[in-house]
Amino acid sequence: MTVAELQLALPEIFVLTMACVVLLADLFISQDRRGLTHLLAVLTLVFAAILTLRVMLPPGEVLYAFSDTFVRDRFGDVLKVFAYIILAGVFVYAKHYLRQFNLFKGEFYTLSLFALLGVMVMISASNMITVYLGLELLALSTYALVALDRDSRFGSEAAMKYFILGSLASGLLLYGMSLIYGATGSLNLADVSAALGGGAGDSMLLTFGLVFVVIGIAFKLGAVPFHMWVPDVYHGAPLAIALFISSVPKLAGLALAIRLLDNGLIGLHGDWQGMLVVLAALSLVLGNVVAIAQTNIKRMLAYSTISHMGFMMLGILAGTPEGYAAAMFYAIAYAIMSAGAFAVIILISNGDREADQLEDFKGLAKRNPWHAFLMMMILFSLAGVPVFLGFFAKWQVIAAAIGAGFTGLAVLAVVMAVIGAFYYLRVVKLMYFDEPEHESAITAPVDFRAVLTINGVAVLALGIFSGGLITLCVSAFV
Amino acid sequence: MGAIEIIFYLFSAILIGSALSVVTVGNPIYAVLFLVLSFFSAACIWLLMHAEFLAIVLVLVYVGAVMVLFLFVVMMLDVNVNPLKEGFARYLPVGLLVAFAMALQMFLVIWTRGLESMPMPEPKPDDYSHTTELGMLLYTKYLYAFEVAAVILLVAIIAAIALTHRQRPGTRKQDPARQVQVKRSDRVRMVKMQSEGEEN
Repeated sequence: MTVAELQLALPEIFVLTMACVVLLADLFISQDRRGLTHLLAVLTLVFAAILTLRVMLPPGEVLYAFSDTFVRDRFGDVLKVFAYIILAGVFVYAKHYLRQFNLFKGEFYTLSLFALLGVMVMISASNMITVYLGLELLALSTYALVALDRDSRFGSEAAMKYFILGSLASGLLLYGMSLIYGATGSLNLADVSAALGGGAGDSMLLTFGLVFVVIGIAFKLGAVPFHMWVPDVYHGAPLAIALFISSVPKLAGLALAIRLLDNGLIGLHGDWQGMLVVLAALSLVLGNVVAIAQTNIKRMLAYSTISHMGFMMLGILAGTPEGYAAAMFYAIAYAIMSAGAFAVIILISNGDREADQLEDFKGLAKRNPWHAFLMMMILFSLAGVPVFLGFFAKWQVIAAAIGAGFTGLAVLAVVMAVIGAFYYLRVVKLMYFDEPEHESAITAPVDFRAVLTINGVAVLALGIFSGGLITLCVSAFV
Repeated sequence: MGAIEIIFYLFSAILIGSALSVVTVGNPIYAVLFLVLSFFSAACIWLLMHAEFLAIVLVLVYVGAVMVLFLFVVMMLDVNVNPLKEGFARYLPVGLLVAFAMALQMFLVIWTRGLESMPMPEPKPDDYSHTTELGMLLYTKYLYAFEVAAVILLVAIIAAIALTHRQRPGTRKQDPARQVQVKRSDRVRMVKMQSEGEEN
């Protein structure tokens, strides 16, 4: 181990140190000055972004460290920077919610930072052990976050379900990894790829291992038929936690799929492509159709996540750099849009209850025209209306699927996007054409409103000027 | 039959005997203690195979920590064992089936490979230490993974405390600061009353 190696992992080391600092500092901060913890956590993200950008690698350059268990490349750097930005937004949104619901505790920030560290470890993993450890770090932190509101029966139930299903998925993934290790003789993803390229390995063992790995990935992404946990966890978790789960870990899910399937198992592309086609098709159909029947907007967004993960898989299954870039663009776009949508639910919630019913959106345009307008843009983007970010994301992945020869699947995706537009537009209709049920003004702190405005405008601006983000994603897979 | 065989059969017999006792004895405390004995015998068999690190870890972790914890739990929870013993005849076929399946699996593995494919490991030189070798690997090649695993344990601690440590209304708790400030007058009340004996 050399200093150069440590420097490569500087963002991870910094986030770990700061998570421990936040943990300790929070002990000495009294409840009415808890804002300091928040400030410290946001500053951590700012400096982590600076540290990552300082040695941003040029496209195509890949550096390994710690006996090849850690990899630094452009894909990881870009994804990490977006993870910091989105998590900073989540922190600002969450503060308003946690204050209102008496959950404003230091543990939220500590556990979120550790979850971020897990995301970073997964993004930078070049060894199956590191992939698994990063996944577990993220998962353990999120299980605890879901149960953070100890007095909520739904929260505990959701955490229990999440924990049991998540552990099962981790076990399956680990089992698959051990079978692949048995067949190829290495845990290092580059070595696995080389061994597969050389035609090594018992094909029976490899296929079994691959099936388990794909199931593990599908569980973590929430793809049908491994989606059962998604609606219950989104519904039961406190809004701020659902906001977190629906944004940053999706980037990690993408990294998990790309690191394992592309960096390690590209030699079995023909096998996993077929599995992903089935998963993507089922997710698109079930996610969009079942979302229509939901009256709870958190559950609706959960089914919407399932369908969006189906879209993302369209890009991954192509198995080409263009496909991966499209999937990466989709994951980033989805995380931004989803954070915005949950933020609006937080905005209209008050300390008594979460405004998680569709009726709560009635007449929002009259109560608060600007934020209703922002929500409308975010919903249009989620639905895939042209000029918004979501449209270009969908366009990219569908183009990737067509490029890989899956025209039928692409047609299905378009049809499902049209069906999905119904339930997004229903919320717009409730906001603009229904009378409000109560007239009370909607207030939020200035930082919350500022970030929400940036978020809403970003959905439009990144859509109109999507070329920059697309170029960035393409440069990650040179 | 050499010394190694004698030792092997001795500890195997103890292992099998104590394992049987774990499930047959009536008193749960005895069952836990028999489990300790079976772990210990297993550790001795590990030693025979030159796996001294595994043997020590088995004793330290399982016997020293896990089983002691078990003993605490068994002693603290007043488990009524009688209902657990019911339905022995009903569950017997399932138990036999599982035992048969496991025996079959072991037989198939040994029968297809042959015992010769699994020879005794060659003894290492005297200055060779498994602990050193493992340590070298953990702190050089797998340093990064090792550190991440340590962070996972830290998160487990934080999560456990965050989820269990809270003040619920209605629970009784001690406040040491107030306890030491207590004065005699707070606790003792002097009551004047006539003595009983002198009245008659």
